[in-house]
Amino acid sequence: MEPLVQFFYILLPFLRDWPEWLALTVIGIVAALLMFGFVAIFALFAIWLERKVSAHMQDRIGPMEVGGWHGWAQTIADTIKLLVKEDIVPENADRILFKLAPAIVFTAALAGFAVLPWTQDFIPADLNVGLLYILSVSSFAVIGILMGGWASNNKWSLYGAMRSASQMVSYEIPVALALLAVVMNAGTLSMRHLVMAQSGNILDWNVFNFFPLTAVAFIIYFVASLAEVNRTPFDLPEGESELVGGFHTEYSGMRFAFFFLGEYANMYVVSAIATTVFLGGWLPPFEFLSFIPGPIWFVGKAMTMVFIQMWLRWTLPRLRVDQLMYTCWKVLTPFSFAIILLIGLWKVI
Amino acid sequence: MKQYFKNIYEAIATILVGMGVTWRHLFTRAVTVQYPHVKRELPERSRMQLFVDMDDCIGCMQCQRACPVDCIDIKTIRAGKEEDLGEAGNGTKKKLHVVQFYIDMAKCCYCADCVFPCPTGAIRMTPEYEFITYDRSSLLINFSQYSDEERAALEERERKEKEAQAAAKAARLKAAEEAKKTAAAQKDESKSE
Ligand code: SF4
Ligand code: SF4
Repeated sequence: MEPLVQFFYILLPFLRDWPEWLALTVIGIVAALLMFGFVAIFALFAIWLERKVSAHMQDRIGPMEVGGWHGWAQTIADTIKLLVKEDIVPENADRILFKLAPAIVFTAALAGFAVLPWTQDFIPADLNVGLLYILSVSSFAVIGILMGGWASNNKWSLYGAMRSASQMVSYEIPVALALLAVVMNAGTLSMRHLVMAQSGNILDWNVFNFFPLTAVAFIIYFVASLAEVNRTPFDLPEGESELVGGFHTEYSGMRFAFFFLGEYANMYVVSAIATTVFLGGWLPPFEFLSFIPGPIWFVGKAMTMVFIQMWLRWTLPRLRVDQLMYTCWKVLTPFSFAIILLIGLWKVI
Repeated sequence: MKQYFKNIYEAIATILVGMGVTWRHLFTRAVTVQYPHVKRELPERSRMQLFVDMDDCIGCMQCQRACPVDCIDIKTIRAGKEEDLGEAGNGTKKKLHVVQFYIDMAKCCYCADCVFPCPTGAIRMTPEYEFITYDRSSLLINFSQYSDEERAALEERERKEKEAQAAAKAARLKAAEEAKKTAAAQKDESKSE
């Protein structure tokens, strides 16, 4: 039985008396709503954090007014503003595709949450191909972006969408290869088992495995995942300074908000994958810290990764398209192949 | 090949250096001034809203003439002989009723050219800069302390005075004409004799 279903049965024993299909539906809906709620709250918090981080890195202070303490309610106010804004669809846009695109991008991001192992027992779906699943659904987002860019009937949008397609498709490869380096050793694709294989203290985590080979794989994964989720320095698909807003130039109101939500959800998903695969998931770094529950470790590590993403964003300028491709094909991909090869040799010898 | 690895090394090294810089700035003090709550001290002689102290203004119109954009509009009425309007701060005697002193702050370019020629220092720049309004017409400020009735009364008086003067002048002219005529008649008479 799925760990999640068991978890709910333990939590709410009366579910056992219900017919199974009803119980499963209810559990599914509740879990989906939980995830959606988490994404929404995370996005609200992360956008606020990003503004604060960017402000302080530039010696400013960022939002200070709304909500009192350091403007914590600023993003809530912004969300309400976006919710009540007029929903504009350009006259010559392909209406159906235009309206569908943000939904697809967001769904792809949310689908990734299905296999994140928050703790040993709370993992919405413990697929035995969890990692493969997450890689597949996250590359689904490119369809949404391409769709939005194409349907907008706007040159900037189309440029952004084309860039995004080439970028995301190229960077899938180093992402997958870097993860493969770990999977080869662990011998499983299940997110839960990947974490369980790292139990022990901090030195048993995969980053420190085969030192320094997996550490390099971790860096490769991190860089490539930045490109996957269109974050600076790889934010060419959006490129405010050259493409207005890239693929979401024509979007406004709630649809724009969904693109944004999707972007931030994706940030969390890639950080969570890094946490699961390289940084020991819900496990504490030292045995004596295990009184702190797993989800806190998991979210804490993922948030640290998210913070590093922001840190990089406010440090580096945007890459040129040719530099982007150079980094992917001539640096990251060969290095990840070399790492796979070396780890393979290490294991054989 | 060597170049390739050198590039990678340099990329990583410079990124780390850059991250170090941003990390340091994350903890440096922000330079932001939280404007409506905290106000920055203005530099000396900063030029903001104009103010006219009407007790000092003698209505000489120097400021109006100096203004490059014609945003000052003054109207004065001469005081009567027996009237005493008092003195300006520096002892200059006031001889004019300043019944209108408009400054259109919407047109003003804050050059302060009106401030320097003023003989009594009545017009000056204040450090007040928050005078935003919803309506452009409320930027037209009248500094004159005369009410509409007072102004109307003074204008009426001046009109009457002018009329009286004009009448007097006309009378004088007429008299002169008469005199001329009689003189000419006398001349004719003496010629014909
Ligand atoms: S500051 Fe300059 S523009 Fe403004 S009223 Fe004085 S002379 Fe005119
Ligand atoms: S120059 Fe000074 S005294 Fe003369 S009219 Fe202007 S404000 Fe009055």
